[in-house]
Amino acid sequence: MADTLQFDLVSPERRLASVVAREVQIPGADGDMTAMADHAPMITTLRPGVLRVVHGGGSDDYVVSGGFAEVTASGVSVLAEQALPRAEVTQAVYDEMLAAARAAQGSAASDATDAAAKTVADMVAVGEQLGFAAR
Amino acid sequence: MPSLKDLKNRIASVKSTRKITKAMQMVAAAKLRRAQEAAEQARPYTDRFNAVLSGLAASVGGSDSAPRLLSGTGSDKVHLLVVMTAERGLCGGFNSSIVKLARTRAAELIAAGKTVKILTVGKKGREQLRRDWASHVVAHVDLSAVRKLGYTNAQDIARDLLGRFDAGEYDVATIFFSRFQSVISQIPTAQQIIPAKFEEAEAGAAMLYDYEPSEEAILADLLPRGVATQIFAALLENAASEQGARMSAMDNATRNAGDMIDGLTIEFNRSRQAVITNELIEIISGAEAL
Repeated sequence: MADTLQFDLVSPERRLASVVAREVQIPGADGDMTAMADHAPMITTLRPGVLRVVHGGGSDDYVVSGGFAEVTASGVSVLAEQALPRAEVTQAVYDEMLAAARAAQGSAASDATDAAAKTVADMVAVGEQLGFAAR
Repeated sequence: MPSLKDLKNRIASVKSTRKITKAMQMVAAAKLRRAQEAAEQARPYTDRFNAVLSGLAASVGGSDSAPRLLSGTGSDKVHLLVVMTAERGLCGGFNSSIVKLARTRAAELIAAGKTVKILTVGKKGREQLRRDWASHVVAHVDLSAVRKLGYTNAQDIARDLLGRFDAGEYDVATIFFSRFQSVISQIPTAQQIIPAKFEEAEAGAAMLYDYEPSEEAILADLLPRGVATQIFAALLENAASEQGARMSAMDNATRNAGDMIDGLTIEFNRSRQAVITNELIEIISGAEAL
C-alpha cells in the first residue's frame, strides 16, 4: 500500500505546488484535519489558515485565505482563492490580507456578517500563529 | 498628378506608419505570449473548480433547497448582458465582433418581450454600445488602469454582479467575451453565468464524497466563487484574444503599408522618368528650332 499521496495547490493565478507528500494538514472550515494516503474522499471548505505539507524532504507551509480542498484516496487538491508560500508572507503582505478581510466584513450583506467576522478572526489567528501583529 | 515632392513625402509617411505597425505587432506578440501563459496558469484551477462544482450541483440541484444562484429566480424577465471588450482599439474586428454578438442577443431578447440591461467591461465596448443602446447600459467597469489582470479584478466584477442579483435587478446574467483559438481566429462567445449552468457531468465517474460542512453549505459557498472564476477565465481569454487580434491586424497593416510603398515608388519613378523625358524633348526641339 502506498503511503504517499499527490498534493496539488492551485490558485486562480498560478499553480503553487504539485508534489508527492506524506501528509497534508488542512485548515478546514470546521476544524483542522490531516489527510494521509487512502483518506476517505471528501470535500471541505477552507478557512484562512496555514496549510502544511509534509513530504520526504521536510515540510512546506502555505498561507491560504480560503477556498476548498478535495481529498481522495490518492491525493489532495487544494483550490485556494489566494495562497502564498510561507516565505513570501511578510508583515506587509499580511497587513494587506487582513485589511481585505476587514473590508469584506464592512461591506458584507446582513446575512453574511457572521461569516465575515469569522474570516477576520481567523485571519487574526493566522497572524498570531506566524508572529505578525494584527494592525 | 501629384508632384515628385508630394510623392516623396507620401512614401516617407507610409514608411513611418509601417515602422509603427511593425513595432505594435511585435509588442502584441510579446504580450500575447504573456497572456497565454496567464491563461494556462489559470486553467488547472478553473478545470478542477468546475469539476467539483458540477458534481455538487448535480447532486443538490434537484432539491428545492438549491441556492438561487443555481436554480435561478424562477423567472427570466430581466437579462443582464455583461459585455467584455478591450480598453484599446487597433485590434481588428475584436471589439466589434463581441459587441455585434451582444447586440444581436439584446435585439432577440427585446423581441421576445424581455428587459435587457447591459454592463460593459472595457472602454471600447461602452463606446460602441453607447450610441444605440445607451438607455440599457446600467454600469461600466473600467480596467484601463490595470496593468496586469489579477483574480481580484474578477472578484470585484463578480461582487458587483452578485450584489445586483441579490438586489433583484436581474434574473439571468450572460457574459460576452472572445474565446482565444489562435492568432488568426478568436470566437466571440456568450456564456450564461447566473443561474449557473453546467455541462452534464458523467454520472458514472462521480465519486461519493464526504462533505464538511454540508453539501448545501459548500455549494452556497462555492457558487459565488464560481462566478468570479468564470469571469476571471473570460477576462484572461479576452486578453489573449485581444493581443492575438491586434497582432494579426498589425501584421496586415504592415503588409498593406509595404504594398503601398511599392506602388508609390513605381509611381514616383515613372513621374521622374516623365520629367526627364519632357526636359529632353524641350532641349531637342529647342536645338532643332535654331
